[in-house]
Amino acid sequence: MTRTLRHPIALGVIAILLLILVASTFSIVPETKQGVIVRFGEAQRILNKYRPGEEFGRTGAGLAVRIPFLEQVVWIDKRIQSVEMENQQVLSTDQLRLQVDAFARYRIVDPLRMYISARTEENVSNQLKPILGSALRNELGRRPFAALLSPERGQMMDNIQNALNRVARQYGAEIVDVRIKRADLPDGTPLDSAYERMRTARQQEAGSIRAQGQKQAQIIRAEADAEAAATYAGAFNQDPEFYDFYRSMQSYEASFISPGTAQNPRGRTSIILSPSNDYLRQFRGNR
Amino acid sequence: MKRIFGWGRRLGAVLSDNRGGPWGSGGGGDDGSGDGGGPRNPWGPRRKAPGQRPEGGPNPFDEFLKKSRARIGTGFPRDGRPYWVYGLIAFLAIWILFTSVHRIGPQERGVVTFMGKYSGTMQPGIGFSWPSPVGGVTKLDVEEIQTITIPGTGENLILTGDQNVINLAYSVRWNIKSPELYLFQIANPDSTIREVAESSMRAVVARVSLDDALGAGRSEIEQRVEQNMQRLLDDYGAGVQIQGVAINASAPPEAVNQAFLDVSAAQQQAQSFMNGARAYALQQTARAQGEAAAFEKVYAEYRAAPDVTRRRMYYETMERILSRVDTTIVEAPGVTPYLALPEVQRRQQAAPQAAEGAPQ
Repeated sequence: MTRTLRHPIALGVIAILLLILVASTFSIVPETKQGVIVRFGEAQRILNKYRPGEEFGRTGAGLAVRIPFLEQVVWIDKRIQSVEMENQQVLSTDQLRLQVDAFARYRIVDPLRMYISARTEENVSNQLKPILGSALRNELGRRPFAALLSPERGQMMDNIQNALNRVARQYGAEIVDVRIKRADLPDGTPLDSAYERMRTARQQEAGSIRAQGQKQAQIIRAEADAEAAATYAGAFNQDPEFYDFYRSMQSYEASFISPGTAQNPRGRTSIILSPSNDYLRQFRGNR
Repeated sequence: MKRIFGWGRRLGAVLSDNRGGPWGSGGGGDDGSGDGGGPRNPWGPRRKAPGQRPEGGPNPFDEFLKKSRARIGTGFPRDGRPYWVYGLIAFLAIWILFTSVHRIGPQERGVVTFMGKYSGTMQPGIGFSWPSPVGGVTKLDVEEIQTITIPGTGENLILTGDQNVINLAYSVRWNIKSPELYLFQIANPDSTIREVAESSMRAVVARVSLDDALGAGRSEIEQRVEQNMQRLLDDYGAGVQIQGVAINASAPPEAVNQAFLDVSAAQQQAQSFMNGARAYALQQTARAQGEAAAFEKVYAEYRAAPDVTRRRMYYETMERILSRVDTTIVEAPGVTPYLALPEVQRRQQAAPQAAEGAPQ
């Protein structure tokens, strides 16, 4: 015995065997994982099962013991995971098409059930994906397009979550949240017609802005004219008779004198005066 | 190595003597170690590596190997302990040193686990834990503000509440609030934050009008997205703090941008209409005031001496007019005057022509 212990190769072999034994008896359960202990394909017990509202440090994580070689541990993620629905076209009740991306977050709360019904986590996510899609289509198909862009959206999401949760429970999963990531108009006619509507709305706005501007401008002009008229009236009304004279003098001057040229400074206007004209009163010699 | 030897020897065989065909039956190039009956090339032996066992006695390396094997076999040097025990102890010491002493930077926190179970958070400084695999420490940077920018490239079209489409680019800043939650609660925290950001932004924008999203309502949208995201992530227990959401650019989609530009052009035009009108208004009122003031001045004079002023103004005006126009006075009452209007017209036209044609 001592001889074998002293022999390095034998020692190494024993160490390796011991390590294998330890590794297949003890396992460290991290916080992020749950384990199902399986004996010959039959689930025996669960390590670190998720309990709602538990605090890290008081979970079932830690060292776990199992019967070596007879029992295996199947690890299942304990964290919240995501399943995404690829871009899908959804038809609303008013026959509008929408391109929808959605995601659901779930957590495996019953590892045993999940192990029995789906075996692997990947299967769970594969099972949930189409159900998310159909739940979404059902829910959106019952409502008009506008409902998707309204506070009703929250209610719709709750309905989808409930529908999905019913199925998820069969796989030992719990849906934490369902959200629509994107809801877009599909490329092509729907998007183009939306663009066209936006464009015409803007053209209308531009037109009305211009018309408003013109209206304002006209009002400003009219007000100025009115103000000017009031100013004139205030001054001229002191003596209408003198105003008549004063203004006619200005008017004659403005209208009879046409601008002359350098060669003909007298302009093109000819005035024929009768001797009886008042201007020629003194010329006539009358007193 | 052996291959090279084989080649060398084969080459040598071909070069020196072609006995036995080109691929030299006796060359024995394939095994490379055999001497064979083939001719030796002149530099073949010289190329032999020291490891290659020559036919004659053992080389020093062989002897060394033999000796060391013997030493391990008996396993006991003079002081009675095998060397490998020291090796093992040294290895263990280094292992423990490296896996149980942790330097946590000022930005970081260390999440400590014992046997996989969360046992505490290490503050900045030097911290000790059980060596791996019993204990474990994961360092996380909690102070660093991370930024997610959406979209990476291209347009990010979002439907608004009035069924219009807007192109929004925004960024979300966040940091780790609680390292153990961040580590243990969610499978892909980073992509989760991104998805939550996108979904929150779309949910909020779906409730505002296009005009709000383009302009005035932006800060409110930012705030609501931030609150929304924080609430969702807290529901998940993600251990993440949203520091802020910033809309970097909000614009109408490329396809309809021209129409939106036209609106601002219309606004400018409306402004310029109004500016023109205001200029006119100023002109009009100023002119009216000027004229009224002039009238008042003259009227004050007139009131002082109405008759004389009136006459004076009349004569002055007539003088100014008649001095600048052709004047004809028709005398002789009782005679019907011949008013040669065509003649007058001709004279008017002739005057400029004469001025041009003759020097006179």
